[in-house]
Amino acid sequence: MSRKPFVRPVSKTGWWLKHPRYMRYMSREVTCVFIGAFALLMLCTVERLSKGQAAYDSFIAALQGPLSIFGMLLVLIFALHNATSWFNVTPKALPVQIGEEFLAGKYIIGAHYAVWIVASLVVLFFAGVL
Amino acid sequence: MTQLKKRMVQLEVLRYDPEKDSEPHFQKYEVECNEEWVVLDALNAVKESLDPTLAYRWSCHMAVCGSCGMMINGEPKLSCHAFLRNYDGVIRVEPLANFPIERDLVTVADDFIDKLKRVKPYLIPKEKKTIAEGEYKQTPAQLMKYRQFSMCINCMLCYAACPEYALQPKFLGPAAITLAHRYNQDSRDGGRDERQEVIATNEGVWECSFVGACSEVCPKAVDPAGALQQVKVASTLDWFKEHLLPGGSK
Repeated sequence: MSRKPFVRPVSKTGWWLKHPRYMRYMSREVTCVFIGAFALLMLCTVERLSKGQAAYDSFIAALQGPLSIFGMLLVLIFALHNATSWFNVTPKALPVQIGEEFLAGKYIIGAHYAVWIVASLVVLFFAGVL
Repeated sequence: MTQLKKRMVQLEVLRYDPEKDSEPHFQKYEVECNEEWVVLDALNAVKESLDPTLAYRWSCHMAVCGSCGMMINGEPKLSCHAFLRNYDGVIRVEPLANFPIERDLVTVADDFIDKLKRVKPYLIPKEKKTIAEGEYKQTPAQLMKYRQFSMCINCMLCYAACPEYALQPKFLGPAAITLAHRYNQDSRDGGRDERQEVIATNEGVWECSFVGACSEVCPKAVDPAGALQQVKVASTLDWFKEHLLPGGSK
């Protein structure tokens, strides 16, 4: 009896459309594009700041338009999605064993959210918002 | 005695005969089944009453042997664990994705078996003991550290779910790395360095991008995705120890 195993083709580009779990994964991965774009914007802001107060003020003024605000909101949504989707899987990567039991995942996830809130408050404090 | 409820079940099964077919094709069957049956029972009914040429693997019929993994409506499942009552309409049955098809629902598992061998999934004792010296003892807490990962039945559903393995067949894959982790976590084991050479590599754990599909389809709740992330954390700590601590090189 001859063997002739059949290898099914795999789509290099469309595989992630085949199942909702792959789409969820891609939605997490695509957040890096938006966060990367925002990081570039931050670098531009620093560059403008180095050119003096006037350059900085006009740059900030240019970012007040509705399109810019919409872009920022989009970045915020993707940043929140990135943070929450990663926080929610932290118990997998960082299990905490106490004796024979494992600490429930909600405490590990909760600790991440708590640190996130504290860090945000510190940033808002130094930014003069609080 | 209560009469078991019966219903006609339609199956659409991927067939492939390497001696006749150039590529696989679907074949439809309609077979009378008990409502309490699983997909494997339906396949057995087809084989017994309609088509004795249908080829598929199975053994225990109780989610222990790991032989009867198939794609059922596109989802990797143990066919002995897929209850007919959970399916409406035509049930599409295909061989496990990401493996070559040998015949009908039988896949070629050689790649997985080779990878499994490479990670040395067995105890490599820290210190050799003679029988007279007694057993290798372990506390319940030390057992719990790896127990979950020892539940793997090598059914390969995680490989069928993993898009990384589909795109990059060199990837060692979820179950093999999880089993390496299982032994690395064992207090009696001293083989971690040997296994790290295989798993802490680009074809090993660093090929994983944490899709998490492996854990979603695992029928034994092993959580391979968790194991792989833990291997990444441990391997990263190794790197820091090796490169940043004085006298840390291996």
